[in-house]
Amino acid sequence: MNIPYLLVSIAIMAGMTYLIRVLPMAIFRKRIQNVFIQSFLAYVPYAVLSAMTFPAILYATGSKLSAGAGCAAAVVLAYFNRSLLTVAIGASVAVLAVQMLIPFS
Amino acid sequence: MKQNTMQKKSEFIEGFRDGLPICFGYFSVSIAYGMMAVISGLPLWAAVLISCTNLTSAGQFAGTNLILAGGGYIEMVMTMLIINIRYFLMSLSMSQKVEERMTTKERLAVSYGITDEIFAVAMKHPGVLTTVYMAGLIIGPVLGWSLGTLTGGAVTKLLPEEISNALGIALYGMFIAVVIPAAKQSKAILFTVILAVLCSTIIYYTPALAFLSGGWGIIVVTLIASGAAAILFPIHEGTESKEEEPS
Repeated sequence: MNIPYLLVSIAIMAGMTYLIRVLPMAIFRKRIQNVFIQSFLAYVPYAVLSAMTFPAILYATGSKLSAGAGCAAAVVLAYFNRSLLTVAIGASVAVLAVQMLIPFS
Repeated sequence: MKQNTMQKKSEFIEGFRDGLPICFGYFSVSIAYGMMAVISGLPLWAAVLISCTNLTSAGQFAGTNLILAGGGYIEMVMTMLIINIRYFLMSLSMSQKVEERMTTKERLAVSYGITDEIFAVAMKHPGVLTTVYMAGLIIGPVLGWSLGTLTGGAVTKLLPEEISNALGIALYGMFIAVVIPAAKQSKAILFTVILAVLCSTIIYYTPALAFLSGGWGIIVVTLIASGAAAILFPIHEGTESKEEEPS
């Protein structure tokens, strides 16, 4: 593999990713007072995380059936306020269980 | 002074503890990345270097594919911009939650660690975010992500497919663990979540909207859902804001 091409490409990847992360944090040092923007930003985490999860989660395991089971397990565990790790492991275990019970799912 | 140091130490430890689940989740996911990269022909050192410097999943997978396909530099810039632009919104959102006196150097350092999961945990953290807490929170996931890549690249095919498939859902499980309890407590957040899921699903399954796949779709959905929620349920400082704060 062409080493200079590889290094420049990696530098672009790292540089762009960092630039996007750093600009807002470096620029907005004061609390924003506008109620709309404040409210908007407060809702951003839930909107972003929801959009990233659905429907992508259904394609995360190689089978919709096992992914659906994992998703359901995660929702139930989260509903009962289990920790992040418990929910993540619970979802994985549910996927594994379905894969073992229904081999060609 | 001593008490100050003690407090910093406990904040760091608290951050580190909060970051551990992410660390483990990252380790398993980056094993998959390391395997994919090395099997596809990327040198192991390059895969690990990408993981240390990028600290992101989708962007890295896309960037690595582009490198392997011999893509151009402009294409790389655009791909990174589109896939990672959500971090811009996250960083903006987080800039409102970090302590106001955080110095420029500290802001430059903390920004490196803004990922979906670290962001999720940081926003769930009660109160303002201090530099020390963020340092503790970020360090575990960085180690997990880099070491996982190294491990995956080195052992390439040892992990049985069933296990790596099952772990593929782990990070989504963490997202759900952040969203559901908050949605249970606040109607406004529940509205945001349902609208976001609806829009995201529509975009995903509508062929005419295929150009919104990946990064752009997430941006559009975020703008629509958060914007609608902000109009319908404005948060007035001191009144509802406490109630809206995730526990």
